[in-house]
Amino acid sequence: MMSFMGHQPQSQAVGYTFSQPTNAPNKEHSFYPYTDNGGSTLGITGADFAILAGDTRSVAGYNINSRYAPKVFKIGGDDDTGEGAHIILSVVGFAADGQALKERLDAVVKMYKYQHGKPMSVRACAQRLSTILYQKRFFPYYVHAILAGLDEEGKGALYSYDPVGSYEREQCRAAGSAASLIMPFLDNQVNFKNQYIPSSGDGHALEPKKPEPLPRETVEQLVRDAFTSAVERHIEVGDGLQMMVITQNGIEEIYTPLKKD
Amino acid sequence: MDKLVAQYSRPAHQNEMYSEQEQHDLTESLPPLSLKFNLPPVDNSRSWLRAMTDDHSNPSCPIKLAHGTTTLAFRFQGGIIVATDSRATAGNWIASQTVKKVIPVSRLSRGEDKANNAPTPGLLGTMAGGAADCQYWLRYLSQQCTLHEIRHKRRITVAAASKILANLTYAYKGYGLSMGTMLAGMTPQEGPALYYIDSDGTRLPGNLFCVGSGQTFAYGVLDANYRYDLTEEEALELGRRSILAAMHRDAYSGGFINLYHVKEEGWVHHGFDDMNPIFWKTKLEKGEFSNVTSEL
Repeated sequence: MMSFMGHQPQSQAVGYTFSQPTNAPNKEHSFYPYTDNGGSTLGITGADFAILAGDTRSVAGYNINSRYAPKVFKIGGDDDTGEGAHIILSVVGFAADGQALKERLDAVVKMYKYQHGKPMSVRACAQRLSTILYQKRFFPYYVHAILAGLDEEGKGALYSYDPVGSYEREQCRAAGSAASLIMPFLDNQVNFKNQYIPSSGDGHALEPKKPEPLPRETVEQLVRDAFTSAVERHIEVGDGLQMMVITQNGIEEIYTPLKKD
Repeated sequence: MDKLVAQYSRPAHQNEMYSEQEQHDLTESLPPLSLKFNLPPVDNSRSWLRAMTDDHSNPSCPIKLAHGTTTLAFRFQGGIIVATDSRATAGNWIASQTVKKVIPVSRLSRGEDKANNAPTPGLLGTMAGGAADCQYWLRYLSQQCTLHEIRHKRRITVAAASKILANLTYAYKGYGLSMGTMLAGMTPQEGPALYYIDSDGTRLPGNLFCVGSGQTFAYGVLDANYRYDLTEEEALELGRRSILAAMHRDAYSGGFINLYHVKEEGWVHHGFDDMNPIFWKTKLEKGEFSNVTSEL
């Protein structure tokens, strides 16, 4: 308002102006600190395990910049290999933000262990990740995070997040560019959505199939199927599938090649 | 000497007042705004945030935040009914169908590990608008309520709790928070109390509120059938039916019907039920929703 008041009479008096005439009211958005690095992640829990998986392709626009850029990380391990970790995190979206987030959470979980003399529970870690994300509410991390581990009873636990930290415990979740391709498949195959018990009734009396925890072999196969299918229909997904399975015995990492086109 | 006399001749009640430090703590207990949160390195962080996250004005914005939708709460003779849907959307994408939009506030135990169906003391908050904003600030409120309980050796009133939240949203006015929340609770001082608080800083006490994109549809059913002297059974059914109407007409609402009843002893959960069987039951057994055909 001040500049407007000062400027107007002067330009009228002189009869010319240096200001560029423009129709657009305000031009902004020159600050764009994000890149979408594509890819997809997915997590499923079972009775005594949880699986997190992600493809390993990294893209920027239509360029594939890496065929092995992991999206799934061990959190709170004792050394660089992540040995001794009991929580896993997957991040998809902007890889730099994802990396930063992973490192912050890793530091928090380690500090917790040193200060309290016991490992951080998955529930506590899940809440902490939510607040870490919310600290950047006004300058968000461009990531969709999924956290997995085993809860106090030894059951598989999976928490999914939006970019600013709203979170929920779920049985399964797909995130990233192919989420819209994978999530409906998971709803049907893990939570048995729209599946009914045959000949249990007529029309609306048909009884829906009740979801129950799936065995590990089934879940691993579901993950592979989800990704091989996503690769066929999404350009940003491919190259390799990195799977981490967390059980009582620790974390097992499995790599399966995917199509490289 | 005067000083000495002054020191010992104070009326006894003066010692019962808050010390200067305590008064300061009470009035300045808001978190320092610019220190706590990371801000982007631009002149106008508000418009930047809007460009990045507001999918309403810019459908191709890069960061789509989860939004919550239809919620309602009303007071009646037997307490307060709180009901919500469970859908979260990010743009046109249904991010989740199983969101818990009723959030317990004001207790160390938030009822998560409760085995029996006994009432849990404390307040209930509802979630509409930004899911993260509601979750985070209701948790913050929880913390403040627990601290109040420890400091004053009694439970916080709903009026006080709602004011903490309203002062907070008012302090962050213009920063881009998005929340429309209702606080419901019963305290010995107030009886059943219901407040509406939103991110503009509004704080309203009332008998009946619906919040979210499905609010108009819920109001339609609720206003038509609401009476203060509803029985508990009728009140629960009215809450359920109002949410069902909103789920049916509002595309951003759906999933499961989450029902709570706030009583004198605390709140009771009355189910998290799939809307689809309830819808067909309402249609086929009561003859409502005649706009929908059941034959192919």
